[in-house]
Amino acid sequence: MTQKITPAHPLERRVILAGFDEPKSWTLPVYEKTNNGYVSARKAATMQPDDIIALVKESGLRGLGGAGFPAGMKWSFIPKNSPKPVYLVVNADEGEPGTFKDRQILEHLPHRLIEGMITAAMAINAKTAYIYIRGELRLARERTEQAVDEAYKAGYLGKNIFGSGRDLDITVHPGAGAYICGEETGLIESLEGDRGQPRLKPPFPAVSGVFGGPTIVNNVETLASVPGIVNNGAAWYMALGQNTPRAGGTKLLCVSGDVQRPGFYEIPVGTKLSVLLNEICGGPLPGRKFKACYPGGSSSPLLKADEFEVGLDFDSLAAAKSMAGSGAVIVMDDRRSIPEMAMRTARFYAHESCGQCVPCREGTRWVYSMMKRLCKGQGAVSDIDKLIDACGNMQGRTICVLADAMAMPVESMLKKFRSEFEAIARPDSEVEAIVPKVSGQMAMLMESIRARQMTK
Amino acid sequence: MSYAFSPNLEEKFQWLCTRYPRRDAILLPLLHHVQEEHGWLSPEAIDYVAKRMELSPARIREVASFYSMFKLDKKGKYVLQICHNLSCYLAGSDELIKILEDKLSIKCGETTPDGLFTLERAECLASCSTAPMLQVNVWDYHECLNPEKVKRLVDDLKQERFADPSYEARVAKGGDM
Repeated sequence: MTQKITPAHPLERRVILAGFDEPKSWTLPVYEKTNNGYVSARKAATMQPDDIIALVKESGLRGLGGAGFPAGMKWSFIPKNSPKPVYLVVNADEGEPGTFKDRQILEHLPHRLIEGMITAAMAINAKTAYIYIRGELRLARERTEQAVDEAYKAGYLGKNIFGSGRDLDITVHPGAGAYICGEETGLIESLEGDRGQPRLKPPFPAVSGVFGGPTIVNNVETLASVPGIVNNGAAWYMALGQNTPRAGGTKLLCVSGDVQRPGFYEIPVGTKLSVLLNEICGGPLPGRKFKACYPGGSSSPLLKADEFEVGLDFDSLAAAKSMAGSGAVIVMDDRRSIPEMAMRTARFYAHESCGQCVPCREGTRWVYSMMKRLCKGQGAVSDIDKLIDACGNMQGRTICVLADAMAMPVESMLKKFRSEFEAIARPDSEVEAIVPKVSGQMAMLMESIRARQMTK
Repeated sequence: MSYAFSPNLEEKFQWLCTRYPRRDAILLPLLHHVQEEHGWLSPEAIDYVAKRMELSPARIREVASFYSMFKLDKKGKYVLQICHNLSCYLAGSDELIKILEDKLSIKCGETTPDGLFTLERAECLASCSTAPMLQVNVWDYHECLNPEKVKRLVDDLKQERFADPSYEARVAKGGDM
């Protein structure tokens, strides 16, 4: 079963999802007939790599997987005339809780991704590309594999594509269930047939990535935005944005949780969060009020209901001390307990930590145990400050940002909804009486935190 | 019990070897194929894969154990994995987990004595606006669940009224493809 296909809301603007509601939109004949299919790829095949990179830079396209790094700039890091083969890798390991946008592109418009890949490969001179798809997304993988086959048969992939004298091979590669493989160097390790443990940087993948070659890892949505830019120009793309002078284009938002119409919506970058939730998604459930939301996946710091007047673009959300992330908006209404959400957030990252770095491996588990204790009504009031301290000390101390991805939202919940945590916590003296035994490791950790607080 | 690739899998193995500059890279797709054909990654299957890839069995196990989709233990015929992450929790997955535990008389992480069902909790599976959801045997998604649907699903599985989720089978039926 896949998502119900609904017509676009008047405030939506379908660019990446154009043609999404055509019957059998994932097949080549339908895609070519209704979507200017492969027009942009043909055009890109006649362009010089530098011109493609300049065009994408000018459009302001940023990485839409979460990091928001300018896509054209990333491509320009690939060394010219590299003696080693250059690789293009698509990150379709969608796993951020709340996110289901790449799945929609792969299931309904895989040819738009392939088209974007052809353009990107032309820009960076890659002859080999891999699409790393999350293993559980079977329908997405099947349809993408089918689309790659169709493109090979049509002569759009393989040798001498569109008579340009250039070659491109694409292989669909299944992941096997590990959130950390969405991190680009973790993904590269996994693609090489290893455990998906992120690498130290530098060297960055653009210098030495998969199989030792210069590599660009781009998200599905980023590459699916490229055909529109090639067809219509950088200025057109930039002008799609709203209320924001520095960012343009459209963004897929995945809305879940307590709203009338959860779903995924393609909206102009810069649309207000309140407009998305109240107008496009129909507002809160009957008789309820919004309490808070994660604006960009479970890694993004929470926004309270009175902070919803923020534009959904990288800069505005960063200014609001949160982040645009993967574009997954998880909404909670006034029935919800924030400590419970914090516990579940911590549990996810504790489960997914790859275990390489101590602050992450121990920190995520420790925060999860403490949260669990609080939620059971056995936590102490002083736990709240210890948790805030631990969250602060996990950030920026690890190889990748998984530790930060847990610490940031949990810290925001502790600070913005402190009274809810206090309401379920007990006085310290009571807790010491009921929980006398902690494991040796936990005791050491608690002791070290206590010692550090004394020296402050 | 010895294990070897079927002719079909042998063909897939050879094809995979042509797609990557290093042979180690085929490990994940190859293990998926082995698991699909063999049901799980038995010690025999791991030894055989190691021999064919000229790697040590420990190396194969090291990689396989990192990923949640690979089954290194024999589990029930139907592995039900229910998402307990944020969006599914908001949509009521806790209640469904309780219903499943009661109906199957097992706790999460356990297998029924007849070997038919294993019940597990899973992390986000990218079905958040169609929450709550569960998957059967890794990739058969059941979305927009409620107590009735979950109970019916278990009954259907018990009576083997289970649609073959393979792509070919669904295409042959002219289903949602």
